[in-house]
Amino acid sequence: MSNALLEVKNLTMQFGGLKAVDGLSFKVNKGELAGLIGPNGAGKTTVFNMLTGVYLPTMGSVHLEGLVLNGKKPFQISHLGLTRTFQNIRLFKGLSVIENVLIAGHQHVTYGLFNSFFLGPKFRAEENELFNSARELLKLFDLETKENEKAGSLPYGEQRKLEIVRALMTKPKVILLDEPAAGMNHSETHSLMDLIARIRTEFNLTVLLIEHDMKLVMGICENIIVLDHGCKIEEGNPGKIQNSKKVIEAYLGVDEDAAENGRAH
Amino acid sequence: MKFLKNPAISFSALMILGIVLDFGFNAYIQLTVLFVLVNCMMAMSLNLVNGYTGQFSLGHAGFMAIGAYFSAYASLNFPVLPGVLSILSFTIYAFIGGGLAALFGYIVGLPSLRLKGDYLAIVTLGFGEIIRVALQNLNFLGGARGISGIPSLPEIRLGGFVLDRFFVSYSFAIFWCLLCFFVIWRLMKSSHGRSFLSVREDEIAAEAMGINTTKTKVRAFVLSSFFAGVAGAMFAHFTNYISPSSFTFLMSVNAIIMVVLGGMGSMSGSVCAALFITILPEALRSLKDFTGVDLRMVIYSLSLILVMLLRPQGMFGEEEITDLWRRYVKRSS
Repeated sequence: MSNALLEVKNLTMQFGGLKAVDGLSFKVNKGELAGLIGPNGAGKTTVFNMLTGVYLPTMGSVHLEGLVLNGKKPFQISHLGLTRTFQNIRLFKGLSVIENVLIAGHQHVTYGLFNSFFLGPKFRAEENELFNSARELLKLFDLETKENEKAGSLPYGEQRKLEIVRALMTKPKVILLDEPAAGMNHSETHSLMDLIARIRTEFNLTVLLIEHDMKLVMGICENIIVLDHGCKIEEGNPGKIQNSKKVIEAYLGVDEDAAENGRAH
Repeated sequence: MKFLKNPAISFSALMILGIVLDFGFNAYIQLTVLFVLVNCMMAMSLNLVNGYTGQFSLGHAGFMAIGAYFSAYASLNFPVLPGVLSILSFTIYAFIGGGLAALFGYIVGLPSLRLKGDYLAIVTLGFGEIIRVALQNLNFLGGARGISGIPSLPEIRLGGFVLDRFFVSYSFAIFWCLLCFFVIWRLMKSSHGRSFLSVREDEIAAEAMGINTTKTKVRAFVLSSFFAGVAGAMFAHFTNYISPSSFTFLMSVNAIIMVVLGGMGSMSGSVCAALFITILPEALRSLKDFTGVDLRMVIYSLSLILVMLLRPQGMFGEEEITDLWRRYVKRSS
């Protein structure tokens, strides 16, 4: 038995005639920080959507701790400990920062509707706990002074951070980050890298991230999976990926002169 | 303003208002006040679905009709406790009427709440019409003639002290309105309430954060239809006559106007809008004596348009009256 926490076997997604993802298999070990990269349109976000139950894969399966996730609804998958952030930020924009975080903690609430009408001791205790852990998380990300601001009014970088806080509030085992550094400047990206590394050890997390910022990916990921046109073309540590001819070709295209020369000789 | 937070004080204020209305005003004004309370409840309950959960329901009158017909039928055909205790029977019938409406809410909601936006609106609109047409064809419920002679709430004699019909009806309505207000207000301060809001804000994100959005929406729908059913029961006992034409599409639209005008997701807004929408057309009736032409509906609709132009988010937006007060205090200090 391997120690793979998240395992994807022969995952395929077909939209009509288009195979967005084709026979993808990979494993993410417990505690690992893995990266999923590839040129635009390679199918990375589609993979995330299949992992989290937004799309039902045409073929193949997803396993979390040996449990099959196919056919489960997104909220059930979240309950099992797989959570995500979104590429195009999807915060609850009209709600306050702390409400955003509290909502993610709802799945751990055990008091019923009636308890909330009568302010029972269970209600008070759980609400207190919820608020405390939400504030703790916000503090970790330096957002504690903004807890009553509307999420939509935060600056872009903080919205990205808030998405991560919200995802952490579900107490996940695996967190999928969809382009966490998109739109961030150099120093923001740098502090984000530290943060991701830190939350991984602090919360004992397994992280899978999609990112275009190669400095970030190469800097913190231990294992990198490269997708192109829905197929896995390479997998390995950053050193291996950087020197892989296939990866360079996928990103930069085939050097036609060299290819022709090759044929001519 | 802090004293308003004390429920005992606001409750006695409402009761004193009831006594003033009882002695100082005629039956027409009293009935209008009762309608205000019925509409308050319709608006507050619909606000739960349209305002807080962000689902567009157009069939609220259908649920109201179920509650109204049950309570009317039950009070005419089932035993009603004698004397003062008959209040208890009316309360129970209103409760069961609400429960029946909630059951229908569940049956309608479960399949249709998977739909979004306009589609949901059409399905709920269809449901409301189905109820109305069904009632028109059910002979034991009077068909198109409706049910007449529905008993009012009784007057209460305690020794030499008499509480007349209006005051009893008024207290009955206040009891249900406060209950409705209390339930929704408490709910929205709990984690369950926040999950309602998350569905309105972003369904996909809510699912990803572990919110069972279908269950959440059905819950909101069921709770909302319960109170609509109770509002219907109150309506039946206050008017003594109901027919399918009391619960047309227009009734649902009226409830929506109240929610939108007050502000989607504001309880204070729903209450104020219910007051405004119920009283304004009545208040404008006397205008005809001066102008000679009936400008009632013209002014009514113009004022709606004006409010929506000047405050597109509704009178209160998403805020409550307490939020406005807090900001006022902050600014003036």
